[in-house]
Amino acid sequence: MSALEMKRRDFLRFSLAASGGLLIGFYLPGKSKLALAQDQSSNAFMPNAFVRIGTDERVTVIVNHSEMGQGVYTALPMLLAEELDADWKKVGFEPAPVDAKYNHPVFGIQATGGSTSVWSSFEQLRQAGAAARAMLIAAAAQRWGVKPATLRTASGTVFDQQNRRLTYGQLAEDAAKMTPPAKVTLKDPKTFKLIGKPVKRLDTAEKVNGKAVFGIDVKLPQMLTAVVARAPIFGAKVKSFDDSRTRTMPGVHKIVEVPSGVAVIADTFWHAKVARDALRVDWDEGTMHAFRTDQMMKQYREMAKSPGKSVRREGDPDAGFAGAARKIEAVYEFPYLAHAMMEPLNCAVDLRADSCEIWTGTQFQTVDRANAAKVVGLPDEKVQIQTTFLGGGFGRRANPHSDFVVDAIQVAKAAGVPVKVVWTREDDMQGGWYRPAFLHAIAGSLDASGNPVSWRSRLVGQSIFAGTLFESMMKEKGYDPASVEGVEDLPYAIPNLAVEYHQAEVNVPVQWWRSVGHTHTAFATECFIDELAALARKDPYQFRRPLLLKHPRHLRVLDLAAQKAGWGKPLPKGWGRGIAVHFSFESYNAQVAEVSVRDGRVMLHRIVSAMDCGRYVNPGIIAAQMEGGAVFGASAALFQELTFENGRLQQTNFHSFPMLRINECPKIETHIVQSNEKPGGIGEPGVPCAAPAIANAIFAATGKRIRKLPIRIKEAV
Amino acid sequence: MISLIVNKKKYEIDVSPDTPLLWVIRENLGLTGTKYGCGMAQCGACTVHINGGAVRSCVAPVSRADGQEVTTIEGLSSDLSHPLQKAWIAEDVPQCGYCQSGQIMAAAVLLRENPRPTDEDIDRAMAGNLCRCGTYPRIRKAIHRAARMIAKGGAK
Repeated sequence: MSALEMKRRDFLRFSLAASGGLLIGFYLPGKSKLALAQDQSSNAFMPNAFVRIGTDERVTVIVNHSEMGQGVYTALPMLLAEELDADWKKVGFEPAPVDAKYNHPVFGIQATGGSTSVWSSFEQLRQAGAAARAMLIAAAAQRWGVKPATLRTASGTVFDQQNRRLTYGQLAEDAAKMTPPAKVTLKDPKTFKLIGKPVKRLDTAEKVNGKAVFGIDVKLPQMLTAVVARAPIFGAKVKSFDDSRTRTMPGVHKIVEVPSGVAVIADTFWHAKVARDALRVDWDEGTMHAFRTDQMMKQYREMAKSPGKSVRREGDPDAGFAGAARKIEAVYEFPYLAHAMMEPLNCAVDLRADSCEIWTGTQFQTVDRANAAKVVGLPDEKVQIQTTFLGGGFGRRANPHSDFVVDAIQVAKAAGVPVKVVWTREDDMQGGWYRPAFLHAIAGSLDASGNPVSWRSRLVGQSIFAGTLFESMMKEKGYDPASVEGVEDLPYAIPNLAVEYHQAEVNVPVQWWRSVGHTHTAFATECFIDELAALARKDPYQFRRPLLLKHPRHLRVLDLAAQKAGWGKPLPKGWGRGIAVHFSFESYNAQVAEVSVRDGRVMLHRIVSAMDCGRYVNPGIIAAQMEGGAVFGASAALFQELTFENGRLQQTNFHSFPMLRINECPKIETHIVQSNEKPGGIGEPGVPCAAPAIANAIFAATGKRIRKLPIRIKEAV
Repeated sequence: MISLIVNKKKYEIDVSPDTPLLWVIRENLGLTGTKYGCGMAQCGACTVHINGGAVRSCVAPVSRADGQEVTTIEGLSSDLSHPLQKAWIAEDVPQCGYCQSGQIMAAAVLLRENPRPTDEDIDRAMAGNLCRCGTYPRIRKAIHRAARMIAKGGAK
């Protein structure tokens, strides 16, 4: 909290002087928002780093989080506009440049992830709006010669007691001369006009007319496009390459070796891609040439037979098994997964002798800038990043090594002119940084009345923090918290409990993937609690309830989902209903899935999602994230896996790494809990429950247990 | 030379006839609303119309469009007045937005051929368009909404 407090004080000190450094010239196809904002900036009122008010009444909120679909370009402006009493119809957004004043108040770097944007900005942006409002009021008070306390604001206008009025645009220039207030009072939440309302997204219009600019759409003057022949095996290095045929192919400017492979730099993507495909590269295959995921999982199974690093231990789990009336063991297996954002990775770079400008959809501005600066040999402040819209992120565009940015810098060094590196779908899917494969062995026992006595979880998998700048996060605990989140804090009241972790060392690059460790821990724990319920011959919903009495927020979403889904009511023949509940990213979610199985195919009919994310900002966006989260989780459950043979990834594109299509998408209902608790996340918490709710519904429909993802009915037990 | 009529504007383009229409639209014409997702007609992000029919432009050689009428998302309307654009805004469909041009172009063909589609009709017509953000429930709602608008005389 101290970091947060400090930031609050810091940002209020920023004055007009800061605005000059905020805007840098650049060129994009069409009329960009940034270019527009720049036109108007000359006589604008910019009381702090987060808002600018023009004489034309436009209120531009500078958003320090990246828009990847989760709605920050709407939800964050809402926070500021609420306290500003802005006219919402005049509010727009602009991506923040990289600057320490835009650092995440908790993470201390400029980054988007961990479903933190809204809750970490909740006070910060409201303070920024309230400070701006106070200065507008002060300007009006001076103009009218009255006391500021006698004035009120509404919808972008200051009113006095005689109902005289001055708009924010009319006051902007005077307000710029006012001293920022030392302290502001925030609204009583009961008086919120925007926060809590299903306000329409601000970025929809440009996403339905083709105008929205994603990284892949960026075009710089004299820009060339590059496609890289990338290593077919992780760790492989270029031995030699033959470009005799490709050098003279249409549009090709240059072919150069870079650390990631061989880059073909051409006038267009298509020319670069065709030449890249024709290039013959001989690879030194390195140590991973015989790597196979089936063998790796076999090793994981062996590792799970011995105790791992103790993460949590309560009671005496061993004694709890010895004296138990009934016991059960299950081993859950999870494959590597690709993020598979619809927009493949790309990055445009304009590298000059004393500056480097980067255009890309990134979640990790500070880290990318530092990594880029190191490679180009410039100080950090000489590197600037323009954040475009992200065509999906899901964690992939927050790479601790800035792989796709550094790669583009390396190509730019060779190109000599501005260059955009575009990854093909195949490059993107095969490029690594996956959700790690995991194995989770659980043993559980019940007493004679069917109450749980003992639970032992043993996880095996790679750490996403090991070997990165975030490794220090493991030091404190002695293990990677992201590997065991969601089981380390298992909420069920079980007297004897052990959670252990084996950190596997495999040279497949891994990274956070929407909802991170919860992607697998929620599945294993929520399926296993269902197995215990069946062993106890109890209804799986009713079995969970008494075990959650000390966790009222879990219980509340569990009850809400069950009630709204009509738990216990008859279903059509052959259908089953499954339930799951999970806490992640400061929010509580429960889902009930209704499925049927026909000819070995799982049909999803309905998902009912209950969400408690504390005090919420935009219920429309929350519902969208619950829908999207369920589809994301269901896609992994039903279809997705990455497998390696002879070191080579077997999946290349959407035909071999499918996702849910519209005809496979169930009806999804979202119910949001009214709450005054502090705000929680929404981007990720909708993912974890989908897969276990589906698997538990399959059990209800067929009597078969799913212990391996993706679901294959013929492999079920 | 390839002759294209894109969004009612004529172009003469010096490009190899086997170049995918997608890259001609994006790179030669600078119309970047049409997206690259997979390059093998798996995802539908590149959907455009040739003479009113939905085409996956990532696998369609530009020669196929020679002399034909091509419509991209930029040509659907100049002012967000198309019923599908209005419905997409009303239902807050897009999340990241990357696939939405393709979704809307596919939906436009569906509504022309079937002005009152059922959920099943929508599922069948739209199954070729992937959305990683999972906006499918809202796409269904928005297509129904657009269909209602068209029935009430909102069609162009």
